[in-house]
Amino acid sequence: MSEKELGKKLDRCLADSAVKLGAGLGLGIVFSVVFFKRHTWPVAFGLGMGLGMAYTNCQNDLRAPYLIQRNIKVSNATKY
Amino acid sequence: MLRVCLKGANSAARKCLCGNGVPLHPLQQCRSYTSGGSGSSAGKIVAASVLTVGGGVGGTILYANWDPKFRANVEKSIPYSDQVFGLALGPAAPPPVINKPRKVEPVQISSMSEMWKDSKQPKAKEVEKKAEQPDAEGPPAPAPQETLEGEACVFVAMILSAEQNVLSVFCIPLAAAKCTECEHEPAVKERPEGEVAARLAEQDKAEQDLLTSLSSNLEDALGSTAKVTLQAIGAQEAALQAIAQHTRQLREAMEAEAPPDKKSTQWRVLEDALSERSRSVDEAGAAVLKAKAELDKLRGVIDGAKHLKIAAARPSILAAEENLHSMVVDLDSVVTRVQTAQSEAKIVSQYSELVNEAKAQFQKELNSITPEIQANWKGLTGKLTQDDLNSLIAHAHRRIDQMNRELAEQRVREQIHIDSALEQQKLEDKKALEVAVSTALEHNREQMRLEQEKKVEETREVMEAEMRTQLRRQAAAHTDHLRDVLKVQEQELRSEAEEILNSSLMEKETEYRRLTQDQLDSFTLDMNAAYARLKGMEEAIDSHVIAEEEARKAHQLWLSVEALNYTLKTAALNDPTEPLEGAVQAIKESCAEDEFAQALATALPSESLSRGVYSEASLRARFYAIRQLARRVALIDETRNSLYQYFLSYLQAMLLFEKAQEAPPAKLSAEDLDTFKLLSYAAYSLEHGDLELAAKLVNQLKGESRRVAQDWLKEARLTLETKQVVSLLSAYANAVGLGTTMAP
Repeated sequence: MSEKELGKKLDRCLADSAVKLGAGLGLGIVFSVVFFKRHTWPVAFGLGMGLGMAYTNCQNDLRAPYLIQRNIKVSNATKY
Repeated sequence: MLRVCLKGANSAARKCLCGNGVPLHPLQQCRSYTSGGSGSSAGKIVAASVLTVGGGVGGTILYANWDPKFRANVEKSIPYSDQVFGLALGPAAPPPVINKPRKVEPVQISSMSEMWKDSKQPKAKEVEKKAEQPDAEGPPAPAPQETLEGEACVFVAMILSAEQNVLSVFCIPLAAAKCTECEHEPAVKERPEGEVAARLAEQDKAEQDLLTSLSSNLEDALGSTAKVTLQAIGAQEAALQAIAQHTRQLREAMEAEAPPDKKSTQWRVLEDALSERSRSVDEAGAAVLKAKAELDKLRGVIDGAKHLKIAAARPSILAAEENLHSMVVDLDSVVTRVQTAQSEAKIVSQYSELVNEAKAQFQKELNSITPEIQANWKGLTGKLTQDDLNSLIAHAHRRIDQMNRELAEQRVREQIHIDSALEQQKLEDKKALEVAVSTALEHNREQMRLEQEKKVEETREVMEAEMRTQLRRQAAAHTDHLRDVLKVQEQELRSEAEEILNSSLMEKETEYRRLTQDQLDSFTLDMNAAYARLKGMEEAIDSHVIAEEEARKAHQLWLSVEALNYTLKTAALNDPTEPLEGAVQAIKESCAEDEFAQALATALPSESLSRGVYSEASLRARFYAIRQLARRVALIDETRNSLYQYFLSYLQAMLLFEKAQEAPPAKLSAEDLDTFKLLSYAAYSLEHGDLELAAKLVNQLKGESRRVAQDWLKEARLTLETKQVVSLLSAYANAVGLGTTMAP
């Protein structure tokens, strides 16, 4: 179902963002703890990176149908 | 006509006479009439005419009264004259009776026919018929005349009838004609031979029975009567004997001079005899009465037998009558003898009475003279005294004198007494004579009648025998004659019958030929018509078969289309229908030779075949979700599709309010191509059941909204296609079915 696609995408986005944020947070914490003497900025940096990655992934996911890919014929891309 | 002329002539003559003044007596009348003037001349004419008419009518009536032929003529010629005559004279006398001999004829014929068959009891029959005829015919011809007529009719009958059939033919019309007049012999029906013989046999038997019964009756009656009569005679004889004995004894008692004790016994014996006599006389009287009763009964039986009129019984009847007569005679003689004896006895008793009286008188006298002397003075001669004797003698002398005187007186009166006695005797003798004469006459008459009857019987038998021979002779002659006549008749009848037969046969043949020809023609016509009809029917049936076939096919197609339709309805709310493959297969099979249907069947999208289609309701329900989503991604298209745009379009969707449903215009303009508007249009059309328009409108979406609604659109497209094909098919099936049903 084409209408469920967006939902799915958004679910993936959220899941992905959660993962990314978590991972980022985790890495940030780790880096903060390991490398940067418990400063908060690596956490924030990690969270930010995670969020940014999530956002970008989400956006790419949502854009995916509009991207013109070289190996897909134009006639297939647009269906009336 | 004549009368009118007469009238006219009369009046004219009168006028003429009056005018001319000729001195005739009518003129005087004229004069007296003319004195009255012209007014009376009309009256005169009227009177004259009335007179003439009346005279004519009266004269006619009188003459008709005198001459019946004239009356008949007048009645025939002038209508209603018979009524006038009837009024004036009474009904016309009937035509002279020629019927009488014919009346007798049928009776005699039948009797004669019976005679032909069996001449056993002809006498009886004749006697019967003769006896019955006087009863039948009221105005009786005297018996001999009828016998004569009967014989004449016998002649006629014999001439005309020998065979039973001819007889019957002759009898029946006569009988039919005269039936009304013979009441006693109602219908001289033809009797078939067997019936006649049977009837005769029956009659003979009946007569025999009757005869036997009669003879037995007579014998019984005779026997009983004889017995009773003998009894009566015996009783009478006994009475006679008793009377004679009594008389004798009385005489003896009176004249004998027996001693007193014997006298008393004698008197006792006499008394016994007297009682005996009276008893026997009574008995005799009773016996005579009984005998008379029996004789009357016997006479009655004999009369009854005579009424039956059976010839064979006649001698026995005669014998019985003779017996009766002899018994009556004997009885009468015995009775007379008894009566004479009784009279004699009376005389003797009277004599004895007188003697007794004289004796008594004498005894009384004697007693008066000599009271002490007893009655039986004959034995007392020694006891009597002289005085007694003298007185007795004196008394005796006196008595003798007296007796002499009486004797003289008696002598004188003797003659007178004798005369008177003679007279009396004459009278009595006459009476007795009359009685005797009458009885003798009766007996004689009876005797003569019996003899006469005997003679009559004998002559009758003789005549019967003679008649029989004559009749036999005539019968033979008649038979011969009839045979000849019948032969001739047979010939004639045969030839006639043959002629008739031939002519009718010819007629029938021609008729038959004509009829058969007619039949053939009509049959041919019918056959042709039937053949034509048959042909027509065959064609009709063939066309019907074809039409039926078409109809069946159409029906099948329609059924299968209906099945397809049904499968379309099986869509649950959010699930597609069942795959339409089976139904389509069925359609394809059912209309194998129908190209249009085949084409249509193949035009169905494969998705619907394999997977089924969604129902409109599910699509509608789904549309609302899609609409929500489409609204939310309304800003997203190829150019704007970042996340931020997503956020913005979400914001827009939240903040922008449009009509939930808006009627789409007939033509879409550029500004109608807005997502939200489109969506509301589509919603409206969906709500109003127009999936096609909704799909069209949804198809105008661009960008992400379009992508989001893509599947829905596809589904809607599929559904629409399928529905279109199915409706086409059903329309086609309906059309075909309708077409087939409308076929002639």
